[in-house]
Amino acid sequence: MNTLLEVSGVSVSFDGFRAINNLSIQIAEPELRAIIGPNGAGKTTFMDIVTGKTKPDDGYVRWAEKSISLIGMSESQIAREGIGRKFQKPTVFEAQTVRENIILALKNPRGPFDLLFTRAANNQEDRVRTISDEIGLTDVLDQPSGALSHGQKQWLEIGMLLAQDPRLLLVDEPAAGMTPAERQHTTDLLVRAAKTRAVVVVEHDMEFVRRLNCKVTVLHQGSVLAEGSLDHVTQNKDVIDVYLGR
Amino acid sequence: MERSFIAKNPSVLWFLLALAVFTLGVTVLSEAMGSQIISTSFLKTLGKTLCLCLIAIAMDVVWGYCGILSLGHFAFFGIGGYAIGMWLMYARTHGIVVASLEQGVLPPTPDEITHAVGAQIFSVVGSSDFPVIWAFSHSLTLQLLAVVLVPGLLALVFGWLAFRSRVTGVYLSILTQAMTLALSLYFFQNDTGLRGNNGLSGLQNIPSLDAIPQATLSLWFFWASATALALGYVLFAWITSGKLGSVIRAVRDNEARVRFLGYHVESYKLFVFTITAMVAGIAGALYYPQAGIINPAEMAPIASIYLAVWVAIGGRSRLYGAVIGAATVSLMSSWFTGGSAPDINLGVYIIKWTDWWLVLLGLTFVAVTLFFPKGIGGLFDLIPTKKEDRI
Repeated sequence: MNTLLEVSGVSVSFDGFRAINNLSIQIAEPELRAIIGPNGAGKTTFMDIVTGKTKPDDGYVRWAEKSISLIGMSESQIAREGIGRKFQKPTVFEAQTVRENIILALKNPRGPFDLLFTRAANNQEDRVRTISDEIGLTDVLDQPSGALSHGQKQWLEIGMLLAQDPRLLLVDEPAAGMTPAERQHTTDLLVRAAKTRAVVVVEHDMEFVRRLNCKVTVLHQGSVLAEGSLDHVTQNKDVIDVYLGR
Repeated sequence: MERSFIAKNPSVLWFLLALAVFTLGVTVLSEAMGSQIISTSFLKTLGKTLCLCLIAIAMDVVWGYCGILSLGHFAFFGIGGYAIGMWLMYARTHGIVVASLEQGVLPPTPDEITHAVGAQIFSVVGSSDFPVIWAFSHSLTLQLLAVVLVPGLLALVFGWLAFRSRVTGVYLSILTQAMTLALSLYFFQNDTGLRGNNGLSGLQNIPSLDAIPQATLSLWFFWASATALALGYVLFAWITSGKLGSVIRAVRDNEARVRFLGYHVESYKLFVFTITAMVAGIAGALYYPQAGIINPAEMAPIASIYLAVWVAIGGRSRLYGAVIGAATVSLMSSWFTGGSAPDINLGVYIIKWTDWWLVLLGLTFVAVTLFFPKGIGGLFDLIPTKKEDRI
């Protein structure tokens, strides 16, 4: 396993509040990792920093074999480097069909003139089918995505991530608001995706994390409190105090 | 499942058909064809309306599809008008001056001609020297290029500065309005060299075509406007369909999400802003020779606001909606304010439409925004269509 993402000594403050404090995390490829922590632990800010939405005050973020620095790159450049992000609230383009949403995400040239003058690749329909089969939305490909249920929107968004074919997937609370059956489907999706790439799941729900059956990082007040298997971290005294004890 | 462009956009075909029927109908009924039904002045109004429809679809692409509420597109329209107006005015004055100087004993020198032309054009602002920006006014080709390039370049620079700073929403609208106001004030100044508040006039007279009656010229311009509208419609339908259209609509609905998909959002906005500005310039270049006169008041911010009102009333994010809105509202506007609408006598108060038209328009706008957000174009959704069974 090679290190794909190395976050090292990163700090960031908002108006004096230290959201992230000397945080260091390494993600390998392939790997499935869960990040847990109470509200305000810095989970979402961590994602913001990796995806270029927030610039850290300190530390570095290195990426892939050449260890290039992601700090200072724009969101779209980072996305093209191969980092995909799923937001907490499902954000699909509701006015457009499921098919259009997937096609938008498919890994293809991304300039305005590329889209205007290049015809769709012959295998595009096959790629859309592969994704829609994976997320179980083939039957509703031509429906507007605004008409989907909450769980289906979450899957569509995961499908869009898969369509981007990223090396690293950052997934923010994928199981929020899902029924038990939907959760199972989501777990399967993420576990399968993590066979070939790095997947980082931020989650509140311990039961869901247990099902993922992977290495867990516990964040607290912007830095790593504990790391290891779920059983290992849940027996850690610090973790019990700040998180599970509540 | 790649289908052809027309198959995916059946409304394009219907629109072109309707436009062709309309154009032929008007032609047959026009004075140039020996009919008395459509007077030359009404023909000009119809031709101008087609130009307004063209800028309205440009506005629809930038606002309805891409979500940028630009209050600056009428400035680009005005610049297009000025660019062609400069050539029209220069070439015609030049012709007249040369003809009259040749009556004299000695043949005129080029300097004398230039001076006399300058005196003719700029005496209204107390000058006879050609300002620098008239440097290319002798060349139709260069001024035609300016019709497209000046608005395009202005939009490119302005858009680049605004979009890279991630100015969005109402702040961007205010910024575009400020640009429009600044341009309009700049054009008002005598020092700018565009005859200040007098503007450019006599644009209905086309140089070296004096022998052709206005009835015929108007018909030519009407046809040119219809052709430009048809081409513009197909261009924008092409841009807004397919994957590019999908990205543009996605930018409108959630810009940040598009960024995380790896698209450089600013390039897309800049592309849409610039190409619509260029089309607005072309629309203006066709409009003002039919209007005969252009002055900086035409570029005032209120004009761009009207443009947004037309598109909103016609129905956003559907090109034919913008056409319907622009045509309906601008024709009604000229009917109500032209004095031909009958006053309503309430006994105690007489409603004069010249005063009350703006109130009516304002109320309509509010009502459409609140109760019919899809506008007039939304009525087409009520037509039952065959549901395609593709699942």
